[in-house]
Amino acid sequence: MSELLFDGAEWDFALLQRVFSAIEDIALNDLKLDTYPNQIEIIASEQMLDAYSAHGMPLMYHHWSFGKIFAREETMYQKGWQALAYEIVINSNPCIAYLMEENTLTMQSLVMAHACFGHNHFFKNNYLFRQWTNAEAILDYLAFSKKYVAACEEKYGTEQVELILDSAHALMEQGVFRYRRPPRPSRAQREERLRKRRQYEEESFNDIWRTLPGAARDMSADLASVDEDEIVGLHAQMNLPEENLIYFLEKHSPVLKNWQREILRIVRNVAQYFYPQMQTKVMNEGCATFVHHYIMNALYDRGQIGAGSMLEFMHSHSSVVMQPGFDDSRYYGINPYALGFAMMSDIKRVSEAPTPEDRDWFPEFAGKGDWRDVLKHAWANYRDESFIQQFLSPKVMRDLKLFAVRDNAEDPVYTVAAIHNDAGYRKLRTSLARLYDLSSHQPDIQVVGANLAGDRTLTLRHNRHRGIPLAQANKDAVLKHIRRLWGYSVELEEPEN
Amino acid sequence: MANFIDRRLNPKGKSLANRQRFIRRARAEIKEAVQKSLKDRTVSDFAKNQKISIPTKSTKEPRFRLDPAAGGEHDRVLPGNKDFVEGDQIKKPRQGDGQGRGKDASTGGEFDDDFSFTLSQDEILDIFFEDLELPNLIKTALKEIKVYSWRRAGMTTSGSPNQINLVRTMRNSFGRRLAMRRPKEEEIEAMRQRVTELRCGATPDADKRQLIAELEEEIARLEHRRKWVPFLDPVDVRFNAFVQEPVPTSQAVMFCLMDVSGSMGEREKDLAKRFFMLLHLFLRRRYERLDIVFIRHTHDAQEVDEHTFFYSRQSGGTIVSTALEEMKKIVAERYATGEWNIYAAQASDGYTQTGDASRCVDLLNQDLMPMCQYYAYIEILDEREMEVFSSEESGAELWRAYRTVAKQWKNFATKRIAKPQDIFPVFRELFAKENAEASA
Repeated sequence: MSELLFDGAEWDFALLQRVFSAIEDIALNDLKLDTYPNQIEIIASEQMLDAYSAHGMPLMYHHWSFGKIFAREETMYQKGWQALAYEIVINSNPCIAYLMEENTLTMQSLVMAHACFGHNHFFKNNYLFRQWTNAEAILDYLAFSKKYVAACEEKYGTEQVELILDSAHALMEQGVFRYRRPPRPSRAQREERLRKRRQYEEESFNDIWRTLPGAARDMSADLASVDEDEIVGLHAQMNLPEENLIYFLEKHSPVLKNWQREILRIVRNVAQYFYPQMQTKVMNEGCATFVHHYIMNALYDRGQIGAGSMLEFMHSHSSVVMQPGFDDSRYYGINPYALGFAMMSDIKRVSEAPTPEDRDWFPEFAGKGDWRDVLKHAWANYRDESFIQQFLSPKVMRDLKLFAVRDNAEDPVYTVAAIHNDAGYRKLRTSLARLYDLSSHQPDIQVVGANLAGDRTLTLRHNRHRGIPLAQANKDAVLKHIRRLWGYSVELEEPEN
Repeated sequence: MANFIDRRLNPKGKSLANRQRFIRRARAEIKEAVQKSLKDRTVSDFAKNQKISIPTKSTKEPRFRLDPAAGGEHDRVLPGNKDFVEGDQIKKPRQGDGQGRGKDASTGGEFDDDFSFTLSQDEILDIFFEDLELPNLIKTALKEIKVYSWRRAGMTTSGSPNQINLVRTMRNSFGRRLAMRRPKEEEIEAMRQRVTELRCGATPDADKRQLIAELEEEIARLEHRRKWVPFLDPVDVRFNAFVQEPVPTSQAVMFCLMDVSGSMGEREKDLAKRFFMLLHLFLRRRYERLDIVFIRHTHDAQEVDEHTFFYSRQSGGTIVSTALEEMKKIVAERYATGEWNIYAAQASDGYTQTGDASRCVDLLNQDLMPMCQYYAYIEILDEREMEVFSSEESGAELWRAYRTVAKQWKNFATKRIAKPQDIFPVFRELFAKENAEASA
């Protein structure tokens, strides 16, 4: 037993440092987490509101929509309708965590374990973050973008910049790459490929084919379809169909000036930076919650925090992972903290003390006792959808009493499709996993045609997912934004499957 | 080890620029909302932070969204099952009652209803007073200048230490040291090193002794030169210079004349005070260098301070002309015409001693109006009277008398107030910018 790290609620920097060291010891030597170096900033409530309104980033270009969020959050906070978050953590290197000054020392400990080790480990190791975000460069990039936007405002007027930003923001969800592309061949490689192709044609040329009946007709057909070919060629050049609308407009819009393209690029990069976070809400929060839960318990076991702190921690932890039922007035969707924490705790349980059912479902790790490795593997290589598909156990489904409801727009009733029983587990698990697949609830809109040879009409297509159409309410307003960026008319087709 | 940083003392208001952009964006809606919300407020409420709601029209951020209610099918997964089994059917709620909770509401940041937030007092006042001004403000008196502002005026060679311009000073020092060939510390150090090395070896021969002697002499010379050419010389030092510059201002004075006689009931006094409070706020906000003179009268007028004017009680008969006399006297004493822009606002219930009205008209026509830039007369009526005197022409004695003045002078305005809701619109009418142009 070692002595208590602190006693009481007040904190100072020396105490924080001591607590941090104790937490770090557990995180690195027991859990064997792998994190970026930490930078912890203590902020006041107003600064927290500031951070809220700019996507939680310490720097952001100016835009009225951030002011709107600020105005709303400030009112909610001042009227006491909503408490502020205990922390905000930024995926950067060093990993920046904001701690609220009002937190008690117990809360600061919880928050440091949660953010500085849980989230931090997840940011550094998860494949989505590694592939799509650059933690080293993000702050520099934001500093650049803030300066760039400010310079544009000075040069071209705030209104002009605002128009572009408004339009770009409207397309933010359609402004990300969802799949890695093959690296672009360099010019030399492309020319080499063309040369080889010509060479092959020359080598395999045989004049006799020309004499075949029907060849003449083909020639005339060729003449007629020249336009068609040209269009196909242009489309190939533009890499259509293209799912990243902002990218497409940035590269191919006939009307944008260079600074406007750069602003689109900035918005697109910001959107792309946050895309992994949207796909890993359950995992990210689950990881952080699991880590803080483990660390706080370990501190208590080592005798480094007292029973009073432990009770305060448990009160706060249990409200974080509370999952109200669907008919509860507090219900607001599935709580990612609750689901993530339940699943990760269950992985630990299955690994240490499996039931026959668990052995059936998770033969790879049930009873092997190496839950640290299993969890770290999951944190590194999955996103919400695949994680649920792979690791959601019958026990968690039973504990949360999950059930799936099918909603067909034509039916006057909902149908219960699966519940937490033997017949339903797999169906339920798949349904839940699908819900965390962003493509199932974000519209899939692609650029399919740009008539550059004719009237320059841009054609977009919405591919319906299970027949769900676009909402009419804002459709035209968004299309107007696209028209502004493209400069010519824009059509949106929405084929019924 | 973590790096702890205390950011609590960092400047606040990082979002201010965003907030201003937002308010500018929603300007029209916010303005309308402010006007509407001010109608039922007392003036003292008026200067507080307050929550307003605006329609989301101009601050909408449209996004593409799916509409599962319009077609297709999707699954939802919900927690907390109690007695459902597979195949159960649940009736859908009708459109509009409680739909959209749970998964579908995860769109986040969409407000279809009005958007409410809190405006600070400054923002409200700015918006309310946005296009109001004192009419005919002419910069008559540039000669009496009392305001100075500091302006940068290059560098000087003398000044106080806190104004030292380090960059300039060090640049001078560097240039002087280069020009005077001040020996570098490293150079001397290298020579010393050399001497030590020479001494270290075996007993030095003559050559070496010679070398050591030369080096030591050289070192001594350099040391001397270093003392002679100091690192920082008084001639290097430069100070930022500032000069005071007069700022031209125009001088203006506002006379507030209020009837507090017995005929003014509590309600009327309250309305008059509210009007003057609003005027006071407006002047203080927009015209920092403005004198305000408060005069209240019964059968006798006196100049009072702000607090007495607004908060103290007094009663008596009514002779309006005494207030005008008092104003005339004060102008003659303190605000000689030609150097001051003079404004006046008068509030009364329209009743005065018989015959006094014509005296007021004479005073105005002959003495006051020739020197006033603008004169506003506000008559406080009760609602019943407002109905009786529905036309501009009919009214009590004072009103009828003042109408004749208004006909003669373009910069004389008359208005009536019968209920608190009238105050804001009347105030805006009196001080609207168009008004200023029309009467100019």
